[in-house]
Amino acid sequence: MRQINCSKEKINELTEMARRMRLAGLDMARSTGNKGAHIGGSFSCMEILAVLYGEILQLNPNNPEDPDRDRFLPSKNHCTLAHLPALAEKGFIPHTELTEFQKDGGRLTGYPKNIEIGLEYSGGSLGMALSVALGMALVKRKHNSKARFFVLLGDGELNEGSVWESFMFASQYHLDNVVAIVDRNHLSYDGNTEDVMSVGSVKEKLEPFGWNVIDCDGHSVADLLRAFSEIKNGKPNMIVADTIKGKGVSFSENNHQWHHHALTEAQYEQAKIEILAHNSEV
Amino acid sequence: MKISGANIKAWSRLGQRGTLFGIGLPELAAEMDNLSVLSADLAYLSGMDRFIKKYPDKFIQVGIAEQNMMCVAAGLAMEGECVVATTYASFIAVRSLEQIRQNISYPKTNVKIIGSSAGVIAAKSGVSHWATEDLAFMRALPNMTVISPADSLETLKAFDASLKINGPVYIRLSGGLDCPIVYSEDYDFKIGKINLIRSGSGIAILSTGLMVSESLKAADLLMDKGLECSVFDVHTIKPLDRENLTEIFKNYSLIVTVEEHNVIGGLGGAIAEFKATQAHSPRQIFIGFNDEFTKAGSQRYIWDLVGLTSEKIAKKIYEELGAAL
Repeated sequence: MRQINCSKEKINELTEMARRMRLAGLDMARSTGNKGAHIGGSFSCMEILAVLYGEILQLNPNNPEDPDRDRFLPSKNHCTLAHLPALAEKGFIPHTELTEFQKDGGRLTGYPKNIEIGLEYSGGSLGMALSVALGMALVKRKHNSKARFFVLLGDGELNEGSVWESFMFASQYHLDNVVAIVDRNHLSYDGNTEDVMSVGSVKEKLEPFGWNVIDCDGHSVADLLRAFSEIKNGKPNMIVADTIKGKGVSFSENNHQWHHHALTEAQYEQAKIEILAHNSEV
Repeated sequence: MKISGANIKAWSRLGQRGTLFGIGLPELAAEMDNLSVLSADLAYLSGMDRFIKKYPDKFIQVGIAEQNMMCVAAGLAMEGECVVATTYASFIAVRSLEQIRQNISYPKTNVKIIGSSAGVIAAKSGVSHWATEDLAFMRALPNMTVISPADSLETLKAFDASLKINGPVYIRLSGGLDCPIVYSEDYDFKIGKINLIRSGSGIAILSTGLMVSESLKAADLLMDKGLECSVFDVHTIKPLDRENLTEIFKNYSLIVTVEEHNVIGGLGGAIAEFKATQAHSPRQIFIGFNDEFTKAGSQRYIWDLVGLTSEKIAKKIYEELGAAL
């Protein structure tokens, strides 16, 4: 594994990147008018995606089809308010295009796959992307490629039976070029995950499945960097990032109604002020 | 593969599945560096022993996890592998249908889905193991080629042809051991081409899978009663051979579709959909499962219940025609 930069400068850089991504995500949500957008589950993974795109993933927008590139597959593809801003930060898409993500027939609309602009997988239906990544990872291992596969899952998604099939498969085939990241924001559409269908301790469930599981604070860039540096060889790895749904905006935090919701103009202004004022990691 | 009369007989004994995985796969794998074959705990039942022994690196056991299998298959194909994924048709077509739709049909991944024991050959295992709606499910998926071979030789040729096209294919394997022989050594198979197997006039029987051989026998029985039928093998359910069908609709006054499948959404449905758009649109009789689940029993018992034996097929056509005369 490549050396991970955990310096103070890097931490500040990624923290600011996450802030810009939240602001971009907010603009995207506002652009949908009264249709609304997936604010909750996007804002919970801003730091995760900032760390991935700002430090971990080996990607080059000028060579998007490099066979040895790292791949990010959004299994919880409703993280789009975080994912598309991260791709814009990385230079895959222009920032000005972000608010067109719901345009009829647009290249960002409907979770499409488009490797040229860094969209590696068309998800949307839960419980599939990790399995697809495992197939890809088998091929890359066969070709001795250094490509790695990072898959973001929701915690509610762990209710899907098919992900447990993929957990067994990854372990059986020792796919250590795969990293699953669980955005453990404790909320699904209908409420608290422990009330809807308990997920419990992911670490205690997954370790006996043969995974190396690393818990971390999913809103601390420093702790996320630490978690990625603890990835091991020989086993599939999972990072369980403890997060807050709707993080960064007081009225959406820990409120399942903001899973998908429309912003009023006043809410937009308030959210913007809060995101700009937020002071973490420093 | 040496195609000889003796081999055709031997392959008939192995049945469609045994021929594809036991004969075709180990042969064709030799030329393919990028082949990956996945099974959901049915590799040995499918006759893959020889293939696995010869090419252990090309085989991926996924265990009893069909949903994961179809997604892993898609992932392999997205990175350049030509993938064969197989289990019972009943499980593939239904349990993992969404995985197929999202990861194989939509992105057009190069996965060959082989559904075995389609129809009701898993007779006494009951409805759970029958596949009598798989053609309907698979046919409704965009980008999917759907093939239903009539005998073991056609199965080999269809498999070979499917590996040579880049994109999703569903091959529906019917029957168990002892698959009736329809074709001889000189058979020229083309995906999407209807074959005239027996020439008659007036009545065109369009059949697929094991019903091709059954329809040939039905045509014999009708001949005894003075009725002439043509029998066609519609091995490719999608894309349909529109050119040939247009001619058939012009040249025959009655179309009979025969399939070991529900009358909704399969061969009969596909033919009727296209026929409705044509100026020449003769009447059609649908023979198949009449939108029902029957009691379990031997394959012949079930065929007899729903009218799929040669005797019942002939009787139905005779009665319909008698009523029309």
